[in-house]
Amino acid sequence: MSATGPAAGPPRMVGPASPESAPFWEATRERRLVLQWCRECDRPVQYPRAVCPRCMGSALEWREASGAGRIYAATVEHRPETMGASEPYAVVLVDLAEGARLMGNLAGDPAAARVGASVRVTWEPLEDGRHLPLFELDKEAG
Amino acid sequence: MSRTLRGAAAIVGVADDCSPTGELEDHGRALEARMVREALADAGLDLADVDGVCHAQSAMGFAEYLGIHPRFTDSTNTGGSSFEVHAEHAAAAIAAGLAEVVVSVYAATPRSDRRAGRGGGRVPPAGPNPSAEWEWPYRLRMPMGPYALAASRHMHEFGTTSEQLAEIAVSTRAWAALNPKARFRDPISVDDVLSSPMQCSPLHLLDCCLVTDGAGAFVMTSAERARSLRAPAAYVLGAATCHDHMIVSQMPDLTTTPGAVSGPAAFSMAGVKPDDVSLLMGYDSFTITALLHLEDLGFCEKGEGGPFVAEGRTAPGGALPMNTNGGGLSYTHPGMYGMFLIVEAVRQLRGECGERQVDGAEIAVAHGSGMVLSCMSTLVLGTEATL
Repeated sequence: MSATGPAAGPPRMVGPASPESAPFWEATRERRLVLQWCRECDRPVQYPRAVCPRCMGSALEWREASGAGRIYAATVEHRPETMGASEPYAVVLVDLAEGARLMGNLAGDPAAARVGASVRVTWEPLEDGRHLPLFELDKEAG
Repeated sequence: MSRTLRGAAAIVGVADDCSPTGELEDHGRALEARMVREALADAGLDLADVDGVCHAQSAMGFAEYLGIHPRFTDSTNTGGSSFEVHAEHAAAAIAAGLAEVVVSVYAATPRSDRRAGRGGGRVPPAGPNPSAEWEWPYRLRMPMGPYALAASRHMHEFGTTSEQLAEIAVSTRAWAALNPKARFRDPISVDDVLSSPMQCSPLHLLDCCLVTDGAGAFVMTSAERARSLRAPAAYVLGAATCHDHMIVSQMPDLTTTPGAVSGPAAFSMAGVKPDDVSLLMGYDSFTITALLHLEDLGFCEKGEGGPFVAEGRTAPGGALPMNTNGGGLSYTHPGMYGMFLIVEAVRQLRGECGERQVDGAEIAVAHGSGMVLSCMSTLVLGTEATL
Protein backbone atom coordinates (compact mmCIF):
# COMPACT_ATOMS: atom_id res chain seq x y z
CA MET A 1 0.00 0.00 0.00
CA SER A 2 1.36 3.33 -1.08
CA ALA A 3 2.14 5.66 1.79
CA THR A 4 1.51 8.76 -0.26
CA GLY A 5 -0.79 9.80 -3.07
CA PRO A 6 -4.45 8.86 -3.05
CA ALA A 7 -4.06 6.29 -0.31
CA ALA A 8 -3.04 9.05 2.06
CA GLY A 9 -6.43 10.72 1.71
CA PRO A 10 -9.81 9.74 3.11
CA PRO A 11 -11.31 6.36 2.15
CA ARG A 12 -11.73 5.92 -1.59
CA MET A 13 -15.19 6.09 -3.07
CA VAL A 14 -15.68 2.70 -4.66
CA GLY A 15 -19.06 2.19 -6.27
CA PRO A 16 -21.07 -0.99 -5.72
CA ALA A 17 -20.41 -3.95 -8.00
CA SER A 18 -22.99 -4.93 -10.56
CA PRO A 19 -24.22 -8.53 -10.71
CA GLU A 20 -22.00 -9.01 -13.76
CA SER A 21 -18.86 -7.57 -12.17
CA ALA A 22 -19.14 -9.33 -8.80
CA PRO A 23 -16.66 -12.09 -9.79
CA PHE A 24 -14.04 -9.44 -10.58
CA TRP A 25 -14.29 -7.97 -7.12
CA GLU A 26 -14.52 -11.35 -5.35
CA ALA A 27 -11.22 -12.37 -6.97
CA THR A 28 -9.56 -9.25 -5.59
CA ARG A 29 -9.98 -10.72 -2.10
CA GLU A 30 -7.17 -13.07 -3.14
CA ARG A 31 -5.32 -10.34 -5.06
CA ARG A 32 -6.18 -12.05 -8.32
CA LEU A 33 -6.94 -10.04 -11.45
CA VAL A 34 -9.60 -11.75 -13.53
CA LEU A 35 -11.29 -10.55 -16.70
CA GLN A 36 -14.59 -11.42 -18.28
CA TRP A 37 -14.15 -12.92 -21.75
CA CYS A 38 -16.50 -13.52 -24.64
CA ARG A 39 -16.03 -17.09 -25.85
CA GLU A 40 -17.35 -16.22 -29.31
CA CYS A 41 -15.00 -13.27 -29.90
CA ASP A 42 -12.22 -14.73 -27.73
CA ARG A 43 -11.62 -11.24 -26.39
CA PRO A 44 -12.02 -9.67 -22.94
CA VAL A 45 -15.10 -7.67 -22.00
CA GLN A 46 -14.27 -4.74 -19.77
CA TYR A 47 -16.27 -3.53 -17.93
CA PRO A 48 -18.17 -6.78 -17.32
CA ARG A 49 -21.58 -7.00 -18.94
CA ALA A 50 -24.48 -9.41 -19.37
CA VAL A 51 -23.78 -9.47 -23.10
CA CYS A 52 -20.66 -8.99 -25.21
CA PRO A 53 -20.54 -5.42 -26.59
CA ARG A 54 -19.15 -6.71 -29.87
CA CYS A 55 -21.34 -9.70 -30.75
CA MET A 56 -24.13 -9.47 -28.15
CA GLY A 57 -23.36 -13.06 -27.24
CA SER A 58 -23.91 -14.24 -23.71
CA ALA A 59 -21.29 -17.00 -23.68
CA LEU A 60 -19.12 -15.16 -21.17
CA GLU A 61 -16.57 -16.59 -18.78
CA TRP A 62 -13.90 -15.47 -16.34
CA ARG A 63 -10.20 -15.94 -17.00
CA GLU A 64 -7.09 -15.08 -15.04
CA ALA A 65 -5.21 -12.04 -16.32
CA SER A 66 -1.45 -11.58 -16.33
CA GLY A 67 -1.67 -8.18 -14.64
CA ALA A 68 0.90 -6.81 -17.11
CA GLY A 69 0.27 -3.88 -19.37
CA ARG A 70 1.39 -0.51 -20.67
CA ILE A 71 0.30 2.98 -19.75
CA TYR A 72 -1.97 4.25 -22.53
CA ALA A 73 -2.59 7.72 -21.06
CA ALA A 74 -1.55 9.46 -17.86
CA THR A 75 -2.22 12.56 -15.81
CA VAL A 76 -0.88 13.83 -12.51
CA GLU A 77 -3.30 15.64 -10.21
CA HIS A 78 -1.45 18.76 -9.05
CA ARG A 79 -4.33 20.00 -6.91
CA PRO A 80 -4.88 16.86 -4.79
CA GLU A 81 -6.76 18.83 -2.15
CA THR A 82 -9.61 19.32 -4.65
CA MET A 83 -10.08 15.56 -4.55
CA GLY A 84 -9.59 15.06 -0.84
CA ALA A 85 -6.02 13.81 -1.16
CA SER A 86 -2.87 15.27 0.35
CA GLU A 87 -0.16 14.56 -2.23
CA PRO A 88 -0.05 14.71 -6.04
CA TYR A 89 -0.94 11.38 -7.61
CA ALA A 90 -1.07 9.85 -11.07
CA VAL A 91 -4.19 8.53 -12.76
CA VAL A 92 -3.47 6.21 -15.64
CA LEU A 93 -5.29 4.24 -18.28
CA VAL A 94 -3.53 0.91 -18.73
CA ASP A 95 -3.86 -1.38 -21.71
CA LEU A 96 -3.48 -4.87 -20.30
CA ALA A 97 -1.64 -7.52 -22.32
CA GLU A 98 -4.98 -9.30 -22.78
CA GLY A 99 -6.46 -6.28 -24.61
CA ALA A 100 -8.63 -4.77 -21.88
CA ARG A 101 -8.18 -1.20 -20.63
CA LEU A 102 -8.35 -0.34 -16.92
CA MET A 103 -8.11 2.95 -15.10
CA GLY A 104 -5.86 2.99 -12.06
CA ASN A 105 -3.41 4.98 -10.02
CA LEU A 106 0.30 4.50 -10.38
CA ALA A 107 1.76 3.56 -7.01
CA GLY A 108 4.92 5.42 -6.05
CA ASP A 109 6.34 8.53 -7.68
CA PRO A 110 3.65 10.12 -9.85
CA ALA A 111 6.34 11.64 -12.09
CA ALA A 112 7.05 8.09 -13.30
CA ALA A 113 3.65 7.92 -14.99
CA ARG A 114 4.81 8.09 -18.61
CA VAL A 115 2.72 7.00 -21.56
CA GLY A 116 4.12 3.76 -22.93
CA ALA A 117 5.73 2.60 -19.68
CA SER A 118 5.32 -1.06 -18.71
CA VAL A 119 3.36 -1.67 -15.54
CA ARG A 120 2.04 -4.50 -13.41
CA VAL A 121 -1.02 -4.67 -11.24
CA THR A 122 -0.62 -4.14 -7.52
CA TRP A 123 -3.27 -4.11 -4.82
CA GLU A 124 -4.55 -1.72 -2.20
CA PRO A 125 -6.69 -3.24 0.55
CA LEU A 126 -10.24 -2.00 0.93
CA GLU A 127 -11.97 -2.03 4.31
CA ASP A 128 -14.29 -4.91 3.35
CA GLY A 129 -11.50 -7.35 2.47
CA ARG A 130 -11.58 -6.69 -1.26
CA HIS A 131 -8.64 -5.01 -2.97
CA LEU A 132 -8.48 -2.16 -5.40
CA PRO A 133 -6.28 -2.80 -8.44
CA LEU A 134 -3.55 -0.19 -8.92
CA PHE A 135 -0.44 -0.30 -11.05
CA GLU A 136 3.29 -0.07 -10.45
CA LEU A 137 6.16 0.30 -12.87
CA ASP A 138 7.36 -3.07 -14.18
CA LYS A 139 11.11 -2.49 -14.29
CA GLU A 140 11.83 -6.01 -15.55
CA ALA A 141 9.65 -5.49 -18.61
CA GLY A 142 11.47 -2.22 -19.31
CA MET B 1 -38.41 10.24 -48.12
CA SER B 2 -35.92 13.04 -47.80
CA ARG B 3 -32.50 11.99 -46.54
CA THR B 4 -31.22 15.49 -45.98
CA LEU B 5 -32.03 18.38 -43.72
CA ARG B 6 -30.23 20.83 -45.98
CA GLY B 7 -32.25 24.00 -46.33
CA ALA B 8 -35.30 22.63 -44.50
CA ALA B 9 -35.10 24.82 -41.43
CA ALA B 10 -33.44 27.95 -40.13
CA ILE B 11 -32.53 29.56 -36.85
CA VAL B 12 -34.40 32.85 -36.79
CA GLY B 13 -33.87 34.09 -33.26
CA VAL B 14 -31.14 33.86 -30.64
CA ALA B 15 -30.41 35.25 -27.21
CA ASP B 16 -27.70 34.79 -24.65
CA ASP B 17 -26.58 36.43 -21.47
CA CYS B 18 -23.45 36.38 -19.39
CA SER B 19 -21.41 39.04 -17.69
CA PRO B 20 -17.79 40.14 -17.28
CA THR B 21 -18.33 39.55 -13.55
CA GLY B 22 -19.15 35.92 -14.30
CA GLU B 23 -22.49 36.28 -12.50
CA LEU B 24 -26.06 37.03 -13.52
CA GLU B 25 -28.86 38.52 -11.41
CA ASP B 26 -31.53 35.96 -12.23
CA HIS B 27 -31.38 32.18 -12.35
CA GLY B 28 -33.38 29.04 -12.97
CA ARG B 29 -36.73 29.17 -14.76
CA ALA B 30 -36.85 32.98 -14.62
CA LEU B 31 -33.61 33.18 -16.55
CA GLU B 32 -34.69 30.49 -19.00
CA ALA B 33 -37.98 32.29 -19.61
CA ARG B 34 -36.17 35.57 -20.22
CA MET B 35 -33.93 33.89 -22.78
CA VAL B 36 -36.93 32.46 -24.64
CA ARG B 37 -38.68 35.84 -24.57
CA GLU B 38 -35.59 37.57 -25.97
CA ALA B 39 -34.99 34.93 -28.64
CA LEU B 40 -38.62 35.07 -29.76
CA ALA B 41 -38.49 38.87 -29.86
CA ASP B 42 -35.31 38.61 -31.91
CA ALA B 43 -37.18 36.37 -34.34
CA GLY B 44 -40.33 38.49 -34.41
CA LEU B 45 -42.38 35.56 -33.10
CA ASP B 46 -44.63 35.07 -30.06
CA LEU B 47 -44.85 32.32 -27.49
CA ALA B 48 -48.14 31.33 -29.11
CA ASP B 49 -46.19 30.41 -32.26
CA VAL B 50 -44.08 27.85 -30.39
CA ASP B 51 -45.12 24.25 -30.93
CA GLY B 52 -41.86 22.49 -30.06
CA VAL B 53 -39.65 22.66 -26.97
CA CYS B 54 -36.13 21.36 -26.36
CA HIS B 55 -34.55 21.42 -22.90
CA ALA B 56 -31.61 19.34 -21.73
CA GLN B 57 -33.19 18.58 -18.34
CA SER B 58 -36.95 18.59 -18.70
CA ALA B 59 -38.77 19.96 -21.72
CA MET B 60 -42.02 18.99 -19.99
CA GLY B 61 -41.30 20.96 -16.85
CA PHE B 62 -40.18 23.98 -18.81
CA ALA B 63 -43.19 23.90 -21.15
CA GLU B 64 -45.48 23.66 -18.16
CA TYR B 65 -43.77 26.69 -16.60
CA LEU B 66 -44.34 28.68 -19.79
CA GLY B 67 -47.89 27.39 -20.08
CA ILE B 68 -47.46 26.02 -23.57
CA HIS B 69 -48.59 22.69 -25.00
CA PRO B 70 -45.95 21.65 -27.55
CA ARG B 71 -46.51 18.85 -30.04
CA PHE B 72 -42.76 18.23 -30.33
CA THR B 73 -40.68 17.64 -27.20
CA ASP B 74 -37.02 16.80 -26.73
CA SER B 75 -35.22 16.45 -23.40
CA THR B 76 -32.08 14.95 -24.90
CA ASN B 77 -29.05 15.50 -22.69
CA THR B 78 -25.68 14.70 -24.22
CA GLY B 79 -23.87 17.15 -21.97
CA GLY B 80 -22.42 20.24 -23.62
CA SER B 81 -23.43 19.17 -27.12
CA SER B 82 -27.11 18.91 -26.14
CA PHE B 83 -28.06 22.06 -28.03
CA GLU B 84 -26.47 21.04 -31.31
CA VAL B 85 -28.39 17.77 -30.95
CA HIS B 86 -31.55 19.78 -30.23
CA ALA B 87 -30.95 21.79 -33.40
CA GLU B 88 -30.51 18.60 -35.41
CA HIS B 89 -33.66 17.05 -33.94
CA ALA B 90 -35.64 20.27 -34.34
CA ALA B 91 -34.63 20.56 -37.99
CA ALA B 92 -35.68 16.94 -38.56
CA ALA B 93 -39.00 17.53 -36.77
CA ILE B 94 -39.67 20.66 -38.82
CA ALA B 95 -38.70 18.88 -42.05
CA ALA B 96 -41.10 16.05 -41.18
CA GLY B 97 -43.93 18.39 -40.26
CA LEU B 98 -43.93 17.46 -36.58
CA ALA B 99 -43.47 21.07 -35.52
CA GLU B 100 -43.10 24.50 -37.07
CA VAL B 101 -41.50 26.69 -34.41
CA VAL B 102 -39.11 25.05 -31.95
CA VAL B 103 -37.26 26.70 -29.08
CA SER B 104 -34.27 25.33 -27.19
CA VAL B 105 -33.14 26.98 -23.98
CA TYR B 106 -30.36 26.69 -21.43
CA ALA B 107 -29.48 28.47 -18.22
CA ALA B 108 -27.00 27.63 -15.49
CA THR B 109 -25.57 29.84 -12.78
CA PRO B 110 -22.89 27.81 -11.02
CA ARG B 111 -20.95 30.88 -9.96
CA SER B 112 -23.74 32.78 -8.23
CA ASP B 113 -25.28 29.51 -6.99
CA ARG B 114 -22.11 28.84 -5.05
CA ARG B 115 -22.10 32.30 -3.50
CA ALA B 116 -25.83 32.15 -2.69
CA GLY B 117 -25.60 28.61 -1.30
CA ARG B 118 -28.08 27.32 -3.87
CA GLY B 119 -28.00 23.73 -5.02
CA GLY B 120 -26.01 20.83 -3.67
CA GLY B 121 -22.89 18.88 -4.47
CA ARG B 122 -22.69 15.82 -6.67
CA VAL B 123 -24.85 13.04 -5.37
CA PRO B 124 -23.78 9.56 -6.40
CA PRO B 125 -26.55 7.77 -8.26
CA ALA B 126 -28.06 4.80 -6.46
CA GLY B 127 -27.00 1.32 -7.48
CA PRO B 128 -24.17 0.10 -9.68
CA ASN B 129 -22.87 2.32 -12.43
CA PRO B 130 -19.71 1.97 -14.47
CA SER B 131 -18.30 5.35 -13.60
CA ALA B 132 -18.56 4.82 -9.83
CA GLU B 133 -17.18 1.31 -10.12
CA TRP B 134 -14.30 1.72 -12.57
CA GLU B 135 -13.22 5.37 -12.37
CA TRP B 136 -14.28 7.13 -9.17
CA PRO B 137 -11.95 5.06 -6.94
CA TYR B 138 -8.96 6.62 -8.70
CA ARG B 139 -9.89 10.24 -8.01
CA LEU B 140 -9.75 11.47 -11.57
CA ARG B 141 -10.90 15.09 -11.27
CA MET B 142 -13.90 16.01 -13.35
CA PRO B 143 -14.12 17.42 -15.84
CA MET B 144 -10.45 18.11 -16.61
CA GLY B 145 -9.05 14.65 -15.82
CA PRO B 146 -10.30 12.87 -18.93
CA TYR B 147 -9.14 15.73 -21.16
CA ALA B 148 -5.72 15.63 -19.51
CA LEU B 149 -5.54 11.93 -20.34
CA ALA B 150 -6.44 12.69 -23.96
CA ALA B 151 -3.80 15.41 -24.12
CA SER B 152 -1.16 13.05 -22.73
CA ARG B 153 -1.94 10.50 -25.40
CA HIS B 154 -1.96 13.09 -28.18
CA MET B 155 1.43 14.35 -27.04
CA HIS B 156 2.78 10.80 -26.95
CA GLU B 157 1.52 9.83 -30.40
CA PHE B 158 2.06 13.06 -32.30
CA GLY B 159 4.57 15.11 -30.35
CA THR B 160 2.05 17.82 -29.58
CA THR B 161 3.43 20.30 -27.05
CA SER B 162 2.06 22.39 -24.20
CA GLU B 163 3.16 25.46 -26.16
CA GLN B 164 0.94 24.42 -29.06
CA LEU B 165 -2.05 23.87 -26.77
CA ALA B 166 -1.35 27.26 -25.22
CA GLU B 167 -1.59 28.91 -28.66
CA ILE B 168 -5.28 28.02 -28.65
CA ALA B 169 -5.85 29.78 -25.33
CA VAL B 170 -3.92 32.82 -26.56
CA SER B 171 -5.84 33.09 -29.84
CA THR B 172 -9.17 32.60 -28.09
CA ARG B 173 -8.35 35.34 -25.60
CA ALA B 174 -7.58 37.66 -28.52
CA TRP B 175 -11.16 37.11 -29.71
CA ALA B 176 -12.49 37.73 -26.21
CA ALA B 177 -10.68 41.07 -26.17
CA LEU B 178 -13.11 42.11 -28.93
CA ASN B 179 -16.23 41.03 -27.01
CA PRO B 180 -17.45 43.46 -24.31
CA LYS B 181 -19.43 40.69 -22.56
CA ALA B 182 -16.49 38.31 -22.20
CA ARG B 183 -15.38 37.29 -18.73
CA PHE B 184 -11.66 37.79 -19.46
CA ARG B 185 -10.43 40.26 -22.09
CA ASP B 186 -6.81 41.06 -21.22
CA PRO B 187 -4.37 39.57 -23.73
CA ILE B 188 -2.33 36.57 -22.61
CA SER B 189 0.85 34.98 -23.95
CA VAL B 190 1.98 31.40 -24.35
CA ASP B 191 4.22 31.97 -21.34
CA ASP B 192 1.22 33.12 -19.30
CA VAL B 193 -0.53 29.83 -20.06
CA LEU B 194 2.54 27.73 -19.29
CA SER B 195 3.18 29.57 -16.02
CA SER B 196 -0.42 29.31 -14.84
CA PRO B 197 -0.83 26.64 -12.15
CA MET B 198 -0.75 23.05 -13.35
CA GLN B 199 -4.08 21.32 -12.75
CA CYS B 200 -4.22 17.81 -14.18
CA SER B 201 -0.99 17.50 -16.17
CA PRO B 202 -0.44 18.42 -18.92
CA LEU B 203 -3.28 20.95 -18.57
CA HIS B 204 -2.57 24.30 -16.92
CA LEU B 205 -5.23 26.57 -15.46
CA LEU B 206 -5.37 28.64 -18.66
CA ASP B 207 -5.89 25.47 -20.72
CA CYS B 208 -9.21 25.09 -18.88
CA CYS B 209 -12.59 26.70 -19.47
CA LEU B 210 -14.21 29.16 -17.10
CA VAL B 211 -16.91 28.56 -14.54
CA THR B 212 -19.50 31.31 -15.02
CA ASP B 213 -23.20 31.97 -15.04
CA GLY B 214 -24.72 31.98 -18.50
CA ALA B 215 -27.89 31.37 -20.46
CA GLY B 216 -29.11 31.28 -24.01
CA ALA B 217 -31.85 30.22 -26.39
CA PHE B 218 -32.51 29.75 -30.07
CA VAL B 219 -35.66 29.62 -32.16
CA MET B 220 -35.86 27.46 -35.27
CA THR B 221 -38.57 27.37 -37.89
CA SER B 222 -39.11 26.16 -41.44
CA ALA B 223 -37.09 27.81 -44.18
CA GLU B 224 -40.34 28.91 -45.75
CA ARG B 225 -41.50 30.71 -42.62
CA ALA B 226 -38.03 32.09 -42.00
CA ARG B 227 -38.26 34.09 -45.21
CA SER B 228 -41.35 35.87 -43.90
CA LEU B 229 -39.54 37.09 -40.77
CA ARG B 230 -37.68 40.34 -40.50
CA ALA B 231 -34.19 39.27 -39.40
CA PRO B 232 -31.77 37.38 -41.66
CA ALA B 233 -31.99 33.67 -40.94
CA ALA B 234 -29.21 31.14 -40.46
CA TYR B 235 -30.19 28.12 -42.51
CA VAL B 236 -29.40 24.56 -41.45
CA LEU B 237 -27.15 23.15 -44.16
CA GLY B 238 -26.05 20.02 -42.35
CA ALA B 239 -26.33 18.32 -38.98
CA ALA B 240 -24.98 15.06 -37.57
CA THR B 241 -24.22 13.48 -34.20
CA CYS B 242 -22.18 10.56 -32.91
CA HIS B 243 -21.23 9.23 -29.49
CA ASP B 244 -18.81 6.41 -28.87
CA HIS B 245 -18.58 6.18 -25.07
CA MET B 246 -19.91 7.63 -21.85
CA ILE B 247 -16.91 7.33 -19.50
CA VAL B 248 -13.37 7.99 -20.60
CA SER B 249 -11.99 4.53 -19.83
CA GLN B 250 -14.40 3.26 -22.52
CA MET B 251 -13.29 5.76 -25.17
CA PRO B 252 -11.90 3.69 -28.05
CA ASP B 253 -9.10 6.12 -29.01
CA LEU B 254 -8.31 9.13 -26.85
CA THR B 255 -6.89 11.03 -29.81
CA THR B 256 -9.96 10.69 -32.05
CA THR B 257 -13.39 11.87 -30.99
CA PRO B 258 -16.73 10.86 -32.51
CA GLY B 259 -16.51 14.25 -34.25
CA ALA B 260 -14.56 12.32 -36.88
CA VAL B 261 -17.96 10.78 -37.70
CA SER B 262 -20.35 13.68 -37.04
CA GLY B 263 -18.18 16.29 -38.74
CA PRO B 264 -17.76 14.67 -42.15
CA ALA B 265 -21.41 13.57 -42.08
CA ALA B 266 -22.64 17.11 -41.43
CA PHE B 267 -20.25 18.60 -43.99
CA SER B 268 -21.37 16.04 -46.55
CA MET B 269 -25.03 16.87 -45.96
CA ALA B 270 -24.20 20.55 -46.27
CA GLY B 271 -22.11 20.02 -49.39
CA VAL B 272 -19.21 21.97 -47.94
CA LYS B 273 -15.53 21.34 -47.31
CA PRO B 274 -13.48 22.67 -44.42
CA ASP B 275 -12.02 25.32 -46.76
CA ASP B 276 -15.53 26.70 -47.32
CA VAL B 277 -16.08 27.41 -43.60
CA SER B 278 -16.02 31.09 -42.60
CA LEU B 279 -15.74 30.39 -38.89
CA LEU B 280 -15.64 27.42 -36.54
CA MET B 281 -17.37 27.51 -33.20
CA GLY B 282 -15.71 24.41 -31.73
CA TYR B 283 -16.48 23.62 -28.12
CA ASP B 284 -13.38 24.59 -26.14
CA SER B 285 -13.87 23.06 -22.72
CA PHE B 286 -10.09 22.74 -22.75
CA THR B 287 -7.44 23.64 -25.29
CA ILE B 288 -7.03 19.97 -26.22
CA THR B 289 -10.76 19.75 -26.99
CA ALA B 290 -10.52 22.46 -29.65
CA LEU B 291 -7.37 20.90 -31.10
CA LEU B 292 -9.13 17.55 -31.50
CA HIS B 293 -12.04 19.25 -33.29
CA LEU B 294 -9.70 20.81 -35.85
CA GLU B 295 -8.35 17.38 -36.72
CA ASP B 296 -11.58 15.42 -36.54
CA LEU B 297 -13.52 17.92 -38.65
CA GLY B 298 -10.80 17.80 -41.31
CA PHE B 299 -9.32 21.29 -40.98
CA CYS B 300 -5.99 19.48 -40.71
CA GLU B 301 -4.74 15.91 -40.65
CA LYS B 302 -4.87 13.77 -37.51
CA GLY B 303 -1.88 14.66 -35.39
CA GLU B 304 -1.29 18.00 -37.16
CA GLY B 305 -3.43 20.11 -34.82
CA GLY B 306 -0.42 21.41 -32.92
CA PRO B 307 1.40 22.93 -35.90
CA PHE B 308 -1.96 24.04 -37.36
CA VAL B 309 -2.81 26.40 -34.49
CA ALA B 310 0.61 28.09 -34.49
CA GLU B 311 1.09 31.74 -35.43
CA GLY B 312 -2.46 32.75 -34.65
CA ARG B 313 -4.14 30.80 -37.42
CA THR B 314 -7.39 30.68 -35.38
CA ALA B 315 -7.00 34.21 -33.93
CA PRO B 316 -8.51 37.45 -35.24
CA GLY B 317 -7.02 37.99 -38.69
CA GLY B 318 -6.06 34.31 -38.99
CA ALA B 319 -7.06 31.97 -41.79
CA LEU B 320 -9.63 30.11 -39.66
CA PRO B 321 -11.53 32.26 -37.15
CA MET B 322 -12.32 29.95 -34.24
CA ASN B 323 -14.47 30.70 -31.20
CA THR B 324 -15.00 34.31 -32.10
CA ASN B 325 -17.00 35.13 -28.96
CA GLY B 326 -13.97 34.26 -26.81
CA GLY B 327 -15.04 30.68 -26.27
CA GLY B 328 -15.49 28.64 -23.17
CA LEU B 329 -11.91 29.58 -22.35
CA SER B 330 -12.55 33.34 -22.08
CA TYR B 331 -16.20 34.27 -22.83
CA THR B 332 -18.42 32.12 -20.65
CA HIS B 333 -18.80 28.50 -19.57
CA PRO B 334 -21.74 27.66 -17.31
CA GLY B 335 -21.37 23.88 -17.72
CA MET B 336 -23.11 22.96 -20.99
CA TYR B 337 -21.67 25.57 -23.31
CA GLY B 338 -22.99 24.27 -26.66
CA MET B 339 -25.82 26.82 -26.73
CA PHE B 340 -23.35 29.69 -27.03
CA LEU B 341 -21.70 28.11 -30.08
CA ILE B 342 -24.99 28.33 -31.95
CA VAL B 343 -25.82 31.84 -30.76
CA GLU B 344 -22.45 33.18 -31.93
CA ALA B 345 -22.58 31.29 -35.23
CA VAL B 346 -25.97 32.85 -36.01
CA ARG B 347 -24.87 36.34 -35.02
CA GLN B 348 -21.77 36.08 -37.21
CA LEU B 349 -23.85 34.97 -40.21
CA ARG B 350 -26.14 37.94 -39.61
CA GLY B 351 -23.20 40.33 -39.39
CA GLU B 352 -24.10 41.48 -35.88
CA CYS B 353 -20.76 40.97 -34.15
CA GLY B 354 -19.24 44.44 -34.21
CA GLU B 355 -15.51 44.51 -33.64
CA ARG B 356 -15.18 40.75 -33.79
CA GLN B 357 -17.27 40.33 -36.95
CA VAL B 358 -15.77 37.91 -39.47
CA ASP B 359 -15.94 39.73 -42.80
CA GLY B 360 -18.27 38.10 -45.26
CA ALA B 361 -19.20 35.19 -43.02
CA GLU B 362 -21.32 32.81 -45.08
CA ILE B 363 -20.88 29.38 -43.48
CA ALA B 364 -20.48 28.81 -39.76
CA VAL B 365 -19.97 25.49 -37.98
CA ALA B 366 -21.17 24.96 -34.41
CA HIS B 367 -19.50 21.79 -33.15
CA GLY B 368 -20.62 20.66 -29.71
CA SER B 369 -18.75 18.29 -27.42
CA GLY B 370 -20.61 16.54 -24.64
CA MET B 371 -19.59 14.74 -21.46
CA VAL B 372 -15.93 13.63 -21.69
CA LEU B 373 -15.31 13.85 -25.45
CA SER B 374 -18.25 11.45 -25.57
CA CYS B 375 -20.92 12.93 -27.82
CA MET B 376 -20.07 15.21 -30.72
CA SER B 377 -22.72 17.02 -32.69
CA THR B 378 -21.93 19.16 -35.72
CA LEU B 379 -24.25 21.84 -37.06
CA VAL B 380 -23.43 23.60 -40.33
CA LEU B 381 -25.28 26.89 -40.77
CA GLY B 382 -25.29 29.22 -43.74
CA THR B 383 -26.72 32.48 -44.98
CA GLU B 384 -29.55 32.51 -47.52
CA ALA B 385 -26.92 32.91 -50.25
CA THR B 386 -25.52 29.47 -49.46
CA LEU B 387 -28.76 27.59 -50.09
